Amino acid sequence: MATKITPGESYGFFTDTSICIGCKACEVACKEWNQLQGDSPQFLADSYDNTGQLDAQNWRHVKFIDNVPDQSANAGDGRAWLMMSDVCKHCKHASCMDVCPTGAIIRTEFDTVFIQQDVCNGCRNCIAACPYSVIAMNQSTGTAHKCTLCYDRLQGGLEPACAKACPTQSIKFGPLAELQQAADVRLAALQSQGITQAQLYGRDDKVYGGLNAFFLLMDKPETYGLPNADNAGLPSRNDVGGYLIGLVAAVLGVVGGIVAFRRRRES
Amino acid sequence: MIYLAAEHFVRAPQWTWYILFYFFFAGLAGGSYALATLLRLVGEPRDEGAARLGFYASFVATLFCPVLLTTDLAASWWKFWHMLINVTPGDQGLNFKYWSPMSVGVWALVVFSVFAAVSAFESFVLDRRDRSAMGDPGRPMGGVLGRAFNIVGGILALLLVSYTGVLLSVSNQPIWSDTWMLGGLFLASGLSGSAALIALMTRYRPNAAFSLGRLHEADGYFSILELVLLVAFFITIIAAGTAGMTVQLLPLWLLALVGIGSSLVAARGQMRIRPAGGAAVVARARTDTLVVSLLVLLGVLALRAAVIFSAQ
Repeated sequence: MATKITPGESYGFFTDTSICIGCKACEVACKEWNQLQGDSPQFLADSYDNTGQLDAQNWRHVKFIDNVPDQSANAGDGRAWLMMSDVCKHCKHASCMDVCPTGAIIRTEFDTVFIQQDVCNGCRNCIAACPYSVIAMNQSTGTAHKCTLCYDRLQGGLEPACAKACPTQSIKFGPLAELQQAADVRLAALQSQGITQAQLYGRDDKVYGGLNAFFLLMDKPETYGLPNADNAGLPSRNDVGGYLIGLVAAVLGVVGGIVAFRRRRES
Repeated sequence: MIYLAAEHFVRAPQWTWYILFYFFFAGLAGGSYALATLLRLVGEPRDEGAARLGFYASFVATLFCPVLLTTDLAASWWKFWHMLINVTPGDQGLNFKYWSPMSVGVWALVVFSVFAAVSAFESFVLDRRDRSAMGDPGRPMGGVLGRAFNIVGGILALLLVSYTGVLLSVSNQPIWSDTWMLGGLFLASGLSGSAALIALMTRYRPNAAFSLGRLHEADGYFSILELVLLVAFFITIIAAGTAGMTVQLLPLWLLALVGIGSSLVAARGQMRIRPAGGAAVVARARTDTLVVSLLVLLGVLALRAAVIFSAQ
């Protein structure tokens, strides 16, 4: 049944990597709907991954992580290949929004993070800040691009294209509270089957206050190129410290200048 | 907390040549203004000539800043003003986010530009007046208000120099976000480079030669501060585990050290250079100053290049 989309509610993605089959239907659907041309194909020598990364032309990226156990005779427990459809996390405490000097990055009525193309001036501060390497420059428009969580589709009452296209329902779209509940149930089911390495990433507020696009992972976050809770810091963590050292240096510099330039008796 | 160890999975923002030279000129613009203000406020009347050189240098360096920043925006260059005015429908108005160093920096640059322009114009008017009077530099205009104006401009100048480092730290990039030292480091380096620049300019202004030794002395203090902060910078990034990324640009780091070393050598040998020391002494000092100043300025540029490119 289609999700009823109501402005004012929080929406997001729950991506269950344990059932991702790496078909890349999400990538294709995203490009189709958002009219993204994609990057020129090139040989990346990186397993089945010919997309490479999230960037201005790839707002969904299926990561293929070779996690084949050394002892291939053993059962893989779903760990032989880790596949994950990566996307903008639409963080509650979004680093990109934090630093954006123009106000181009806003939180929408669906609680998602959106870059207003007519406001963005391409300063790239958000790229320096995003801890997930999600945002990239579109050189032709001179603006920063990333997943919009299909803002236009949500406004029209439609679910995002990637979730709609996902054949295994690895990507689920819906109200955040419902997704979180579904994730808890799925995690409990996996753990009851003895898959103890399964874990939720971004389900709670330990990572950037919680992620609207959160994941069920089959290994630790670092394996997927995601910072763990200890390393998930907002850029503003360095604001006070940075200015403080600057202030101390300024005071010492002024003192040095006064000592050098002060009026003194001729010897 | 100085220890800021972090694992980074970020994309580099490609802040390269335009930003490098913007940081360089912002450092010289702010540093020169701050030194000119100090020379005027705590120096002797005979330091006024060097102070005016500082205001001129500051103004000229400031002119490069908006050009470089705007050019860096490439296709969106015409939207530079969005940094100042929020054009988001329903949220229009002035754009100032105190928690975003880029926002703070842009405003600092805009407001500081007024101070730099007014002070340079004042220096120009005073120079013209002095030329007709054929004497030593006259007194600055505005009395107490004029001095207050310089002090406010000087504070903005110091903010302009240091925010560039804070801007890098307030990110999630390796090296940059692993330390708090960059704001202070760029400030010390900017002051050092500005002292070297004004010293260099004294070659072309005889009545500013009096300040040459003082400028070298100040440069020495700034370089000691810079060296201390550079050591602290490396300690913090070693603790964070990202120091290895700096190795690829070792020549730039060494060039930065050569700049610091040149300042220290010059400061040690030329604390008190006076025209009274004889024409030969002054001439030699000026030749030394040319070499030292160029090395220091090269070091200032190299330091910024090393920091910017190590992380990208």
